[in-house]
Amino acid sequence: MILYILCLVLFCVGLYCILRKRNIIKIIVGIIIAEYAVNLFFVLVGYRMEGRSPIYASDADILNMVDALPQAVVLTSIVIGLATTALLVALAMRIYGKYGTFDITKIRELRG
Amino acid sequence: MSKEREQGMSVIVKTITRLTVGLILLYGIYIVLHGHVSPGGGFAGGVIIALSFVHLMLAYGKDVALRKLPKSAISFFEGMGALLFLGLALLGFTGGYFFLNVLGKGEPFRLFSAGIIPLANIAISLKVGAGLFAIFVALVLLKPDAEEKR
Amino acid sequence: MLELYILLVFMIVGAIIAIEVKDLLSSVVAVGAVGLALSMAFLILKAPDVAITQLVVELLALIILIRATLKRDLPFSTSGRWFFNTFVTVAFIAVFLMAAVRCFGDLPAFGHPIMRVGSTYLQEGLRRTGATNIVAAVILDFRAFDTLGEATVLFTAVIGVLAVVRRTGRKSEGQVIEED
Repeated sequence: MILYILCLVLFCVGLYCILRKRNIIKIIVGIIIAEYAVNLFFVLVGYRMEGRSPIYASDADILNMVDALPQAVVLTSIVIGLATTALLVALAMRIYGKYGTFDITKIRELRG
Repeated sequence: MSKEREQGMSVIVKTITRLTVGLILLYGIYIVLHGHVSPGGGFAGGVIIALSFVHLMLAYGKDVALRKLPKSAISFFEGMGALLFLGLALLGFTGGYFFLNVLGKGEPFRLFSAGIIPLANIAISLKVGAGLFAIFVALVLLKPDAEEKR
Repeated sequence: MLELYILLVFMIVGAIIAIEVKDLLSSVVAVGAVGLALSMAFLILKAPDVAITQLVVELLALIILIRATLKRDLPFSTSGRWFFNTFVTVAFIAVFLMAAVRCFGDLPAFGHPIMRVGSTYLQEGLRRTGATNIVAAVILDFRAFDTLGEATVLFTAVIGVLAVVRRTGRKSEGQVIEED
């Protein structure tokens, strides 16, 4: 239970960074941290005590494996997180090229 | 990137890159092909293959890297990966329904087992690797200074 | 399970450092440290597939982020109403935390999952697919639609990046410049 709460605190750190920071790169860092927390939470839910990884070995003796379904979901989620990060960074670089700053309070005008 | 960046990094980095880039590519292919018997699979292997090309581009500059793998080849591999995956899915129609595992099961722990799964791993690795390298090339070639439109 | 607690505390400290430090490059390096600790946590939780993928993907994300933060420095300025904004944000996060902690009482205890669908995959996986890596069997045979969806999302992201990066402009009347 404490583990779940610690994982949620990590998510709240990322959430605070998204809400309060004024630099676009800091906002992207906050989004990355929130994604890490969510992926960790998924794998935490699927863990079984004294289990082994869901891969058969030639000398398999115990069938006490951890849950394989959250791991499959998290696998695709990590790669999608990378694609989202790349798109955000491309947008941030474009904004810097146009306005000359990363500060979000100075890009108020709709130009172009 | 500025002019001296385009020539690449120092001699030490170039020498080490020449030795290790082939090994990284080989390691990525190994993880993809053994995706159904050991940890790894298409996603991790595809990212490692993309990382080997990124390593080449970071050490030698973008001209040498784009000569090894031109932009038309990147888009070809990405499209080919997606079409191969869809083709394997449609192949399931011959057995019954979409995405049915139609090829033989084989015995476990062998390289040629588990039906469609190794081929799907190869298709996914092509798509992910080519896609991520295309993203990196697009971000590197973006001019860094502020430009005026009017 | 002591290692898991230590890794989680390390991740929280690393995240706080990443969002509070002024230099952009240091903050990106701190995010890299958080990702590395996350990969170790995945290994402790017996998920080697996920650990490998997290390590290499975080490496690529670091490279892309450092490309964006080269030679840019952080403008340091605070606007008015700083205390009120921070207070409202912290109050919102506190309410969110309290509601979530009450919801966590409904989850099964850590280490004893329900696994209604997962146990079927674990028992039938080897017999029905012939693959010894159950996670690969799940993402490529039992749940192959999700992998197809993920391939589509990746393709859309590549198209999006290429569309954002291209520059089209006019130099003179009727002449269009296109650069990749």
